[in-house]
Amino acid sequence: MALAQSEVLAGLAEIVNDETGIATEAVQLDKHFTNDLDIDSISMMTIVVNCEDKFGVKIPDEEVKNLNTVGDAVNFIVSAS
Amino acid sequence: MAKKIVVTGLGATTPLGGDVATTWKNLLGGKSGITTIDKDWIEKYEVPVTFAGQAAVAASEILTPQEIKRLDPSSQFALISAREAWADAGSPDVTPERFAVEYSTGIGGVWTLLEAFQTLQERGPRRVLPMTVPMLMPNGPAAAIGMDLAARGGVRTAVSACASSTEAIANAYNRLQTDEIDVVVAGGCEAAIHALPLSAFAAMHALSKRNDAPSKASRPYDANRDGFVMGEGGASLVLETEEHALARGAKIYAELAGGSVTSDAYHITAPDPQGSGAARAMLATLAQAGATISDVRHINAHATSTPVGDIAEYTALKRVFGDLLPSIPVTATKSSTGHLLGAAGAVEAIFTILALHGGVIPPTINLDDPDPDIHLDVVTSPRELTGDNILAISNSFGFGGHNAVVAFRKY
Repeated sequence: MALAQSEVLAGLAEIVNDETGIATEAVQLDKHFTNDLDIDSISMMTIVVNCEDKFGVKIPDEEVKNLNTVGDAVNFIVSAS
Repeated sequence: MAKKIVVTGLGATTPLGGDVATTWKNLLGGKSGITTIDKDWIEKYEVPVTFAGQAAVAASEILTPQEIKRLDPSSQFALISAREAWADAGSPDVTPERFAVEYSTGIGGVWTLLEAFQTLQERGPRRVLPMTVPMLMPNGPAAAIGMDLAARGGVRTAVSACASSTEAIANAYNRLQTDEIDVVVAGGCEAAIHALPLSAFAAMHALSKRNDAPSKASRPYDANRDGFVMGEGGASLVLETEEHALARGAKIYAELAGGSVTSDAYHITAPDPQGSGAARAMLATLAQAGATISDVRHINAHATSTPVGDIAEYTALKRVFGDLLPSIPVTATKSSTGHLLGAAGAVEAIFTILALHGGVIPPTINLDDPDPDIHLDVVTSPRELTGDNILAISNSFGFGGHNAVVAFRKY
């Protein structure tokens, strides 16, 4: 049963906030992790692992480079769930 | 002609207080910062020593949750003390390329390392935090300060056990003598109150075992001393050329008149009982300061409260000061703070500076029954320190046979 997009976005926003301090409202589907949110690759790996734990999905390392925007990540998690 | 180097900012978080002012007030008040460790891991691992000089103010009360998450506890203390020192110096407008950091730790990110290993064992390699390496590396605290304050003139970490941060200050002195640098943040940090370091230091019989009386456990020069007490925290000094400080109208606490290091090549942990390496470091520092032994009016001793260490330093002091020694007031502030290892030298440098600047020597506590073999004028209640052009020195020695000494002159 796939998770709802809104549910994943909210959960991801909490993880991003916890790791970086970025306000949850700023974590929008169209935001680019690097260019808009200034999240570095080390924080990104922590966020990925925390997403795996929270949503019960597996995000392969080779997939992480394709997750450029928040929307990319949310859609991947929704489809993998 | 050596450049005159001055101290323009101080910062510290210690077992006696979360800042310099509180630490100094409690030190002068004869308080002990040593308390029982109220953590479940003490019982879980049956740690034989159950007390330490724990930071009076938790880093989490000062830093953001994200800073706490991305910095080892040692770097947290480093950043807190460096920010205080920098603000105390008036947050000077410096050229980043002419601004350096010399910041030490004795052990480094031991909490990060051991927790990461636990994560690896329990949850596998993918759950090991990607920040583990930058958090555990010993240059992490110096790098964190350098990034925070935008120092681009070089960020270095001297690692010489308990001599580390005195060596860092000596290195800063030398760096400031070049024409490359105007300002240095120097100091050290330590956060090793963890089951493993406590057990390891206890295994070598270096720690006091007075579990039933923590505040009485650190007792340098006392006949009944039985080892040192581990402490944690961080301390930072803003050092700059006098020319640079005067040009910006900075408040000046004292002159950093010299700093030297020597090594014993005697034993990996035991001090040379003859104290010749320690004596050479003191004499080299005085030579650098253009001073003689009669200029020294106060000594902040390394004096960790170990049976052999206090005697070895006393022997070295006798070699240097001879007949003058009984007339020089000595203090052993580890009696109040415990031994902050890689941060100890910087904490004690601050105490030495404040003694000169404020004209009062802080006391040594717990000296109930002075060791009959040690004949020093140990200050046991705050004592006035007067005189112009006087010098005070601070000694630090570390496992590995490291000796580091810095001298400050009243300004």
